[in-house]
Amino acid sequence: MIEVRDVTKSFGSQQVLRGVSLDIRRGEAVVIIGRSGGGKSILLKHLIGLLQPDSGIVRVAGEDLARMDERSLLRVRRKFGMLFQMAALFDSLTVDENVGFVLRREGVEPEAEIRRRIGEALDVVELPGIGHKMPSELSGGMRKRVGLARAIVYRPEIFLYDEPTTGLDPIAADNIDRLIRRVWETLHVTSIAVTHDMKSARTISNRILMLHEGRIYSEGPTSDILGSSDPVIHRFVNGISTPQKPE
Amino acid sequence: MLLAETARSFRHQRPAWKDFLAQLHFIGVKSQSVVITTGAATGMVLCAQTYLQFHKVKMDTATGAVVSIGMSSELGPVLAALMLTARVGASMTAELGTMKVTEQIDALRALAAHPVDTLVVPRFLALLASAPLLTAESVVVGIFSSKLVGVHLLGIDSAYYQANMERYTDPPDVMTGLIKSFVFAAIIAVVGCHKGLTCQGGAEGVGRATTDAVVAASISILVVNFFLTLFLARMFNG
Repeated sequence: MIEVRDVTKSFGSQQVLRGVSLDIRRGEAVVIIGRSGGGKSILLKHLIGLLQPDSGIVRVAGEDLARMDERSLLRVRRKFGMLFQMAALFDSLTVDENVGFVLRREGVEPEAEIRRRIGEALDVVELPGIGHKMPSELSGGMRKRVGLARAIVYRPEIFLYDEPTTGLDPIAADNIDRLIRRVWETLHVTSIAVTHDMKSARTISNRILMLHEGRIYSEGPTSDILGSSDPVIHRFVNGISTPQKPE
Repeated sequence: MLLAETARSFRHQRPAWKDFLAQLHFIGVKSQSVVITTGAATGMVLCAQTYLQFHKVKMDTATGAVVSIGMSSELGPVLAALMLTARVGASMTAELGTMKVTEQIDALRALAAHPVDTLVVPRFLALLASAPLLTAESVVVGIFSSKLVGVHLLGIDSAYYQANMERYTDPPDVMTGLIKSFVFAAIIAVVGCHKGLTCQGGAEGVGRATTDAVVAASISILVVNFFLTLFLARMFNG
């Protein structure tokens, strides 16, 4: 469903992606792990066309995003729902208006149907009755759940999660993980997340890709990667820093 | 490029009228106190300065004509545009810049909405609709306040003041001001939105983009005003 070939991306003199290639099949739950600042979020934004590669191919359902202009990309992006790292709720709109943004923009009628679907999405993320609140009145965990409701409500085929548990306490993080897992299982969608939270990766994926030094270093079933004896993967998964050499 | 994308937007997407009305309220209604005060202050000081010079050569009653032409074709549109740049242009850049650095623009794009359709077009249209009316308001208030100062404070004969003003102020003077206000509105909207949408970094980046937007729009207005004055004078006078 998603095919990435030899994608490179630089910002100024810093090359972040150095030839990334990967395939994601329909209905998979994939997590991309890697160190902070290693380009995971950059890679995720390439999958939805928010960033264009310097070279290489990003193909979604057969369409090469790198060759499309912004207006053509809008049609492809309709297949995606994305949860941003800080939720990225529109802070001038209420929760209700945020969640119903796409439905109202696409002219779904009647208004009662929009309200029903907003209510349904907020029920899925276990936040009923907060439609009147502004994003500034919500906690970090609630904002992420509203962000998830905003993505669920228009029933996309592919869900992208950018660091879904970053900045949350362990309970809130577990809550988000369970929601992501439930969305994947019940809606039968393709789920792609980037994270450096190994507990989260274990819960929400059935396959893991590891991004290391701008390339996909390794990939495999979740249990294989998390139990790998490869020194790079083992150190990352178990949070072991590289030993300092004595002077 | 942003102006071209804004024009293309009309082919692809109907303007969001609800957002347009909200912007019309913010720009058109809430800017009135600023442009009225500017118009009144400018009209009064222009009247006083003109009178003080004209009085030396016994041309007191020509004061009204100078104020009227000056306000209609130059000071009214330029000063109203500069005030709108400070109030509206800065606000646009700060709002869109904050949306950019908090990933709200990316969220909009991820939700299959074009930022130009959703954010730029309503602001662009609201400025085009508001600026000529605000300019006209500023000019009328400026002329009225200058007459108050000229007649009641400086002692110019009211009938001559009015007669000379009407005699020398031609429709092209008024049209010049209104055409300029349209062009200035487009400059404020395009510069303000462009600086916001291309903002980089965090709070510091938003601050820098806002300052850049105000400076760039203000200078553009002053430079474009000079060329517009020459062009419109040639157009109206043949």
